[in-house]
Amino acid sequence: MAERAFEIARLPGFRSIAITAFVLLYLPIITLVVYSFNSGQSVAVWEGFSLDWYGKAWANEAVKGATFRSLLIAASASAIATTVATMAALGTTRRKAFKGQTFIYVMINQPLMVPEIVTAVALLIFFASIKVATGYTGLIYLIVAHAAFCIPFAYLPIRARLEGMDLTLETAAADLYASHWRTFRRVTLPLMLPGIIAGAMLAFVISLDDVVITEFVKSGGQDTLPTYMLGQMRRAVTPEVNAISTVLLALTVVMLTAFFLLTRKND
Amino acid sequence: MSSDAEQKAEASHTRAAWLLSTPALIVLLFAASGPLLIVLAYSFLAPGKYGNVIWDFDLNGWIGILYTRDIFDGTLKLADAHLSIFWRSVKLSLMTTAITFAVGFPTAWFIATRPPKQRAFWLFLITIPFWTNLLIRTVAINEVIRNEGLLNSTLIWLGVISEPIRIIYTDTAVLIGMAYVYLPLMVLPLYAAIDRFDMRLLEAGYDLYASRWRVLRRVILPIVKPGIVAGSILVFVPSLGAYVTPRVLGGGKNMMIGNFIELQFGQGRNWPLGAALSMTLLVVVMVALLIYVRAANKEGNPHG
Repeated sequence: MAERAFEIARLPGFRSIAITAFVLLYLPIITLVVYSFNSGQSVAVWEGFSLDWYGKAWANEAVKGATFRSLLIAASASAIATTVATMAALGTTRRKAFKGQTFIYVMINQPLMVPEIVTAVALLIFFASIKVATGYTGLIYLIVAHAAFCIPFAYLPIRARLEGMDLTLETAAADLYASHWRTFRRVTLPLMLPGIIAGAMLAFVISLDDVVITEFVKSGGQDTLPTYMLGQMRRAVTPEVNAISTVLLALTVVMLTAFFLLTRKND
Repeated sequence: MSSDAEQKAEASHTRAAWLLSTPALIVLLFAASGPLLIVLAYSFLAPGKYGNVIWDFDLNGWIGILYTRDIFDGTLKLADAHLSIFWRSVKLSLMTTAITFAVGFPTAWFIATRPPKQRAFWLFLITIPFWTNLLIRTVAINEVIRNEGLLNSTLIWLGVISEPIRIIYTDTAVLIGMAYVYLPLMVLPLYAAIDRFDMRLLEAGYDLYASRWRVLRRVILPIVKPGIVAGSILVFVPSLGAYVTPRVLGGGKNMMIGNFIELQFGQGRNWPLGAALSMTLLVVVMVALLIYVRAANKEGNPHG
C-alpha cells in the first residue's frame, strides 16, 4: 500500500469491519464442527478427538429414521419439482410474450415471496382436513409440500440455462429433418442438462434443509433430520446435534460446490 | 391472410406455453397458493373448542388481533400481550436490518473493491452460509452465546467475568441470531449495487476536495440506494416472519409473530385468530416486497 499514496476506493475502517464480519460468520460454524469431534460433553473444554457423537447419533434409531426420511423426501420432492420446472421452463422461455405469462411467473415464484410460517399454517389446515377425510397420513403430504416450494429453486437455473442457449443447433437439427421429439431428445435436452442437474441439486438442498413447513405438515413419527434437531433443542443441546449438523453441512457444501462448477461452465 | 396465420401461430404458442406450465401450476395450486385461500376463509370462522373451526361467520379472529374480550362482562379492550409481541417483532426486525446494514455495507464494499479474480472467492464465502440450513446456523450461534458456550467460557477463562453473562433466551439473543443468519441477504444485493458503481465518480469527488465521509454520504450512498433498499427488505421480510431463530434462541417467552401464529394452532386453540394473523403478516410482507420490486427495477435501469 505504501507505493500508492491515495487509494481511491478505500474507506476508513471498512476493511477491518469486513474481515471481522467474515470471522464472525465462520466462527460459530467452525466451533460447531470442531466440537462435534470433541470426546467430552461441553463446547467449552476440548477433551480430545473422537467420533463418539457420530457413533451415538447413528446408533439412535430416531436419527436413523429421520435421515432415511429426509433423503427420501428430498429425492422425491426434487425429482417432482425438477420435472415440472423443466417443463415450465421450456414453456415460458424463448418465446414472445404471451397471455398469462406474468401470472405463471408469479405462481412459480410465489413460494419465495410468502413467509414460510404462513404457507406452513395453510398446509397444516388444508392437509389436516384431507387427513381426516381420507384417513391417509403417509409421507406423500410432506413430499408434495416440499415439491411445491422447491419448484422456483429448480426453475430458475433451468430457465437461466435455456435463455443462454444457442437456437441455431435446434434449427440445424430441424433442417436435417429431425422430428420435434428427436430434436428435443438429441439436441435440446443434452444442452439444457447442466441447468436441470443444477436445479435438481438446489431443490434437493432446499428440501433437505426445510424446518418450518415440515414441522407443521408432518404427522406423528415423521420427523426429518431438521425437525428432529429442532425437537432436541428444547432440551439441553448435546454434541449429537452438532454431529448431525456437521453431516448436513458437509452435504450442503458438496452440493453447492458442484452447483457452482456446473453453472460456471456455461458462462 | 398472413395476419390470420400469425394469429393462429400465436394462439398455439400460448397454448403450448400453458400446457407445459400446467403440471407445475397444479403442484403449486395444491400445496402453495390454494391453501392460502383456505387460511383467508378460516380467518372469518369461529374457533372450535379443541382447535379447528366451526363453520359460522365470525369476525372475532380479526378483532382478536388487537383486542381481547373480557371474560366477565364481554367488553373489548386492547390486548397488551399481543401488542407487545407485534412491537417486539417490528423492533427486532428493524434492528436486525440496521445491524446487517452497518456490517454488510463495509463487507460488500470490501468484496466489490477486491481485484476481479479474488471477488468470486469472497462472494463464495458469503454464499456458503447463505445456503446453509438456517437451523444449523442457529444451532451454531447458540453454541457461541449460551451460558456454557464459547463466548462465556472464553470470557471466564480470561478472567473478565466470573459468572456467565446470560444472553440466551433474551431479545438480545434473538437479535444476535437474526443478524447472524440474515447477514448474507444484506451483503449480496449491496454487492450487486456497488459492483456497478462507477469508481471514477470517487475520483471526481476527491478532485473537488470532498472528504472521504462526504464522498460516502453524497456520492456513494445515493447511487447505491436501490441496493440498500433491496438488501434491507430482503432482511426485514424474513426477520418479521422468523420462526426458528426466536424459537431456539428466544425460548418460550420472547415470542415473535411467527411463534405467536403457531401458538394459535397449538395450545391457543384459536385457529381463526392464527389465520387472521397469518393474513396480516402476508399483507405486510407483500407491501414490503412491492417496494423491493420497485427498487430492483430502478437498480436495473439507473437512468430511468
